[in-house]
Amino acid sequence: MGRFILKRIGQTIIVLFIVSVFIFLLVSFLPGDPVYAMLGGEITQETYDRWYYELGLDKPLVLRYLSWVANAIRGNLGTSASQHKAVVDVLAERVPITIYFSLLSFFISIPIGILFGIISAVNRGKKIDSILTTFANVCCCLPQFFLSVLFLYLFSMQLHWLPSFGFVWPWEDLKQSLLQTIMPLLCLTIGGIASICRQTRSSMLEVIGQDYIRTARSKGLAQNRIVFIHAMKNALIPVITLMGLRLGGLIGGSMFVESVFNIPGMGTLLVMAINAQDIPLIQGCVLLIAVVACVVNIITDIVYAAVDPRIKM
Amino acid sequence: MEKQNTVVQERKETDRSRREKAVKFFRVLFKRKLVLVSAIGLVLIVLMAIFAPFLAPYDPNVQSLMDALKPPCAQYLLGTDNFGRDVLSRIIYGARVSLIVGVLAVGIACAIGTFFGMVAGFFGGIVDDVINRISEAIRSIPQIVLAMALCAVFGGGILNLSIILGISNMAVYIRMMRGQVLSIKETDYVMAAKLQGNKSMRLMFKHILPNCISPIIVQMTLQVGQTILSEAGLSFLGLGISAPTASWGSIVSDGRVYLLQNPFFSLAPGVCIALLVIFLNTVGDGVRDALDPRMRGRL
Repeated sequence: MGRFILKRIGQTIIVLFIVSVFIFLLVSFLPGDPVYAMLGGEITQETYDRWYYELGLDKPLVLRYLSWVANAIRGNLGTSASQHKAVVDVLAERVPITIYFSLLSFFISIPIGILFGIISAVNRGKKIDSILTTFANVCCCLPQFFLSVLFLYLFSMQLHWLPSFGFVWPWEDLKQSLLQTIMPLLCLTIGGIASICRQTRSSMLEVIGQDYIRTARSKGLAQNRIVFIHAMKNALIPVITLMGLRLGGLIGGSMFVESVFNIPGMGTLLVMAINAQDIPLIQGCVLLIAVVACVVNIITDIVYAAVDPRIKM
Repeated sequence: MEKQNTVVQERKETDRSRREKAVKFFRVLFKRKLVLVSAIGLVLIVLMAIFAPFLAPYDPNVQSLMDALKPPCAQYLLGTDNFGRDVLSRIIYGARVSLIVGVLAVGIACAIGTFFGMVAGFFGGIVDDVINRISEAIRSIPQIVLAMALCAVFGGGILNLSIILGISNMAVYIRMMRGQVLSIKETDYVMAAKLQGNKSMRLMFKHILPNCISPIIVQMTLQVGQTILSEAGLSFLGLGISAPTASWGSIVSDGRVYLLQNPFFSLAPGVCIALLVIFLNTVGDGVRDALDPRMRGRL
């Protein structure tokens, strides 16, 4: 086990190295002069020089990369051109909000998705199965931004039940926060429920067909015990991968919901940084999202190996 | 003479068995009503995109500010947008963008990904390691974020977007193809072909590739829908297709400010995206079932 973990960490470090090179090179891909591309043409020579130096353009590429990485490891991701603040500080304001939504949605979608998947697998071919399967198949295809706009129209413009945008923390104003959280959370969660339901159903069906389940049945065990103890243990192994993928993606996957409901999180920040061509900020966002995804990946793999002894360490 | 005859006969026979196979494939594919309905819907959308100039009642880009933000009426079936452009015509033309980007991007992803996956699996060793790490790096950045970052640098537009989405989607094919090749490489017929003195390239393209193709096709049909969703998302965020070209994602985004005046402006193109992706995925599932009987009935 220890060797397996070490190996995975080593691989991840190589992957992060490639990712960091790619993110760093984004600046050099920019057409034209990077300083003008970031700040626009109408700047004084002084500002130009300052940013030229700030981006390290006076040094060779390799040195620039090394100093960028060294700074990034020390937690210095440069200065955001559009926010006039350190990138790390900007990120620190935005990340908790996205994590709040991501984790809530993650922990809501898993039990519901698994439950739906099991119900539809156990009742295969019956009415409830086709209802749940259709629901899951349709919800997988609904674009998140369309769902958000639809909910916005229905619940806040037509029914006037919920506020249409904004964000406050629960400890600042509990009622307001709850009302503002419902719609974005729903939009983030429905897709997750659908995909977890699909995965659970198909792996559950696979497991139910196996011999040891038939043995358990012929032993006279109760249906619930077979489903929830014997079958579920093995059926949920492939679901772990999906969960990991969702958790890794949620930090960087909420831009649609955030931009419709005007939530100041990572997604809106990245969109804003791109529109402002704020390279240090874009680099910071993408780097953070990639690091989170990689860390979640390792954890998923380790959990996977721990629960499934068939995987060679 | 006799030899020639047998050759001709053999060719006829393989032709016939191929046709029989195709007929069987389509019979299995369309046995499920849902797949048939989706396929018809899909064909209709494709026809709509091809014949857009004949079907659209108005020019999608002609503005008439006098008619701005009209709700649906007899003149404008889905109303007009904030520039007085006919929403229905824009939706009809928007189908082109979605389909072109979807198909082109998946084609690019599949071509690059399959090639590198095959090379990695075939040669192994350091080539395999390098390709693997790069593909893992691509996969570690969420696909939409990678596409956004690339869009920020290279800009949008149909061709750029297709290439960007192709690159951010190719890792799946690398991994899949590599796995396939690893198992097929060891089979007797590949060994035999190798002993005949075939070159690596010929071995890969002539002998290995044709036997890996069916999971690739399944993956492609299922991925077109996902790619169309990505394109619509990027256009929604203002990073993909730029104005005035009509793209479903950007129409939803433009229209959400005017939900009260004309809800169809924003909601109708959203429904179109959802329908197109549902059709594509259902047909994709059907194709998978028809090609791989083991997966049948499992969603």
